Amino acid sequence: MSFLDKFSTVHLDVLKEVGNIGAGHAATSLSTLLNKKIDMRVPKVRVVSFDEMMDMAGGPENIVASVFLRIEGDAPGSMFFVLSIEQANTFIKQMIDDVHFSFENPPYNELAMSALQELGNILSGSYLSSLSDFTNLDLYPSVPALSIDMVGAIISFGLIELSQVSDYAIVIDTALDDDDTHSSESVKGHFFLLPDPDSFETIFKALGVAEDE
Amino acid sequence: MNDTVQIVKVGIADMNIVTTPNLIRTSGLGSCVGVVVYDQAKELAGLAHVMLPDSSLAKSGILNIAKYADTAVKELVSRMIDLGARSYSMKAKIAGGAQMFQFTSSNDMMRIGPRNVEAVKRELAMLKISLVAEDVGGSSGRTIEFDPKTCLLNIRTVNKGVRDL
Repeated sequence: MSFLDKFSTVHLDVLKEVGNIGAGHAATSLSTLLNKKIDMRVPKVRVVSFDEMMDMAGGPENIVASVFLRIEGDAPGSMFFVLSIEQANTFIKQMIDDVHFSFENPPYNELAMSALQELGNILSGSYLSSLSDFTNLDLYPSVPALSIDMVGAIISFGLIELSQVSDYAIVIDTALDDDDTHSSESVKGHFFLLPDPDSFETIFKALGVAEDE
Repeated sequence: MNDTVQIVKVGIADMNIVTTPNLIRTSGLGSCVGVVVYDQAKELAGLAHVMLPDSSLAKSGILNIAKYADTAVKELVSRMIDLGARSYSMKAKIAGGAQMFQFTSSNDMMRIGPRNVEAVKRELAMLKISLVAEDVGGSSGRTIEFDPKTCLLNIRTVNKGVRDL
């Protein structure tokens, strides 16, 4: 039986709830940090080919700012928080109070890089700790790493574990939005959670869903 | 002649072959390696987007030969030969194998970029194909495009601009 055949709609629904809870807490953290109302979209759980995964984040050549961290513990995996360059600019301007700041040209401002890394750290930390509470699993984030580069180059790194068993990825994707979507100051971001192949069973077991349900 | 130039896109863990006047391209190479094998006289070029160093890493399912350095290079070369390329005149150019994130983890998977490069080079050496140019390592993503007519490999990175190899 191939890796993907093991998943039913019940399983995918469980994963959707995982995304819902994690990103819900992350949205609250972001809201507190920016002192703004943040909306969260309904999470999407999709089974996609690697190429489709790149397209979900805007195509392989799209340039993004991404915070990546490895999840270690009972259910290892990879997690990305992806922001477009414009959105990263907007965020950093608000955070370090410098209206002229831009990520367009390296070398980047060290304070800005550190601020962005911290944003990723706070958001993914709250995502992960809520997930850990919900599943009763021990999950530890690695120190987050920041990269500003092409989507393809960044995301493929998180696919390495998965690519050893499958040509498809199960992506738990949650998008965050702030309230004034029409203003240029809006902040939008994507969480991509990519559990390692062996972690799915652990997650399902922790949530009381049988593997063959 | 009213040939229009097509750019054949190769996805991740995929491979393809083009002839003049078409170009072949793959986008967003990170730790993956783009291997171009070409026969200049025949104006024939193949490109593989390799993701992992060795097919022994495969844990289950149907083997995707374009995903692994050892199987992809072999398959690409044999398909080129089927299309008329001559093994003695084939040359190779490679790009990619970057380390996108710096980690102090002991996990060998974190070194995947350099391992991919080593594996591709080993395979090319085994097939006696000379590697004439390379742009590997570093910490930037790359998009590469190859023209079988000029045999130039165009490499674009986010911060370091464009160059031809």
